[in-house]
Amino acid sequence: MSKLMSAKELLPCDMLAAGSAAEFETGDWRLGEKPVWHPETCIQCLICWIACPDVAVNVKDSKMTGFDYKHCKGCGICARECPTKPNKAITMEKEK
Amino acid sequence: MVTLAKTGNEVMAEAMRQIDPDVVAAYPITPATEVVMIFAQFVADGLVGTEYIPVESEHSAMSACVGAATTGARVMTGTSSQGLALMYEILPIASALRLPIIMCEVNRALSGPINIHCDHSDTMGCRDFGWLQIFSENSQEAYDNVLQAVRIAEDPRVQLPTMVTTDGFIISHCMEKVEVLEDKVVKDYVGEKRSPYSVLDVDKPVTIGALDLTDYYFEHKMPVVQAMKDARQVILEVGEDFGKRFGRPYRFFEKYKLDDAEFAIVALGSTCGTARVAIDELREKGIKAGMLKLRVFRPFPAEEIAEALSKVPNIAILDRSDSFNAQGGPVFTEVRSAMYNLKAKIINYVYGLGGRDINVAQIKEVFNQLGQADKMPLVNYLGVRE
Repeated sequence: MSKLMSAKELLPCDMLAAGSAAEFETGDWRLGEKPVWHPETCIQCLICWIACPDVAVNVKDSKMTGFDYKHCKGCGICARECPTKPNKAITMEKEK
Repeated sequence: MVTLAKTGNEVMAEAMRQIDPDVVAAYPITPATEVVMIFAQFVADGLVGTEYIPVESEHSAMSACVGAATTGARVMTGTSSQGLALMYEILPIASALRLPIIMCEVNRALSGPINIHCDHSDTMGCRDFGWLQIFSENSQEAYDNVLQAVRIAEDPRVQLPTMVTTDGFIISHCMEKVEVLEDKVVKDYVGEKRSPYSVLDVDKPVTIGALDLTDYYFEHKMPVVQAMKDARQVILEVGEDFGKRFGRPYRFFEKYKLDDAEFAIVALGSTCGTARVAIDELREKGIKAGMLKLRVFRPFPAEEIAEALSKVPNIAILDRSDSFNAQGGPVFTEVRSAMYNLKAKIINYVYGLGGRDINVAQIKEVFNQLGQADKMPLVNYLGVRE
């Protein structure tokens, strides 16, 4: 959320439009590492999508398409659960 | 209109039956138990269509009320003292969400020591939680106030929770003559509830009760500030309309022999009935005594009180609770603040804690002491063995 709204611009109580959490870019909390997707290894099992605690795995037409870094916290669960062998389709890499 | 003999609790339950709210969530507590107990019987007998939620505590009762009210339902409850105190955590959430929940609150002293009798410490304890607070002198006012509370609270300009209070045992358990309206008249009077939002409206989804930190909490409190200001006009409109419809008009307060008074008291609730007798007796002796009976404590009608008391040189504020702030009770501090620009001598009497009786002789003594108000301490404790 870039511009802060005034009291009069808000809904008239402790209430917000639904789904507004998406506008809050919590990915800026991410510490150190981020997941990187390697589509050439990916088997589209979507285990990463199931495991992600923050809905930060982008999926379109039932296919994994990458990560939503604006909301990913870098927890690494997706990389740990990724079942492809010997090379993982998701690896954790240092943030640049 | 039917004339019935009813206690304060019975008549509040009767008002609830006629209002027929969508949801009632409550937990029994003396002296308010009967309000929700009688109402529960109405539910069991099929006299109302209300969903009655018996809960395991008042904290749960108010939580259930908030949850139900966010769907747009008309919601009522009743409680007292420790029960109200257990609701404290949820009360400001109800106002922040602009939920016009109606509460029948029976004033009772807060523990400790544990006590079941009347003082105003429970209601005053939540005076800054964004709830409208309306006090009743007797059962008739309790009935009238509960009906008006629905119209006031649900007005689009207000949309704030409202508590209507009676005095524990003095009103709650005292049988009096009450004029009760026909069921259909009440149904038409309160009308259908309209809500600006409902969490069950899938076409207009909303997020409620989200975390607000330093960036938005302040802004989200401002609507409560504005609604409480706007409530003043609504209370006057509803009170005047009630008078036109049913013959009993209401305002923020009632002036009793006040216009030419040289000595006046300000009081709330059942004590005002006793004070009328004291004032009448003093008037017979030629003493110009009068009273401002405060009905609405939240919002606080500061300007109107200052105007009404502007010509009275000696004023005693009667508080049935203490703020334990070393400078007097809550009514005193607020009235005195409202009177800051006036020259009246204003002193405070804290009385009746834990249901200690207040009688005509004591109120006459207050007026007597007002005759030498300059020599009196700012804060006095009336009827206590010091």
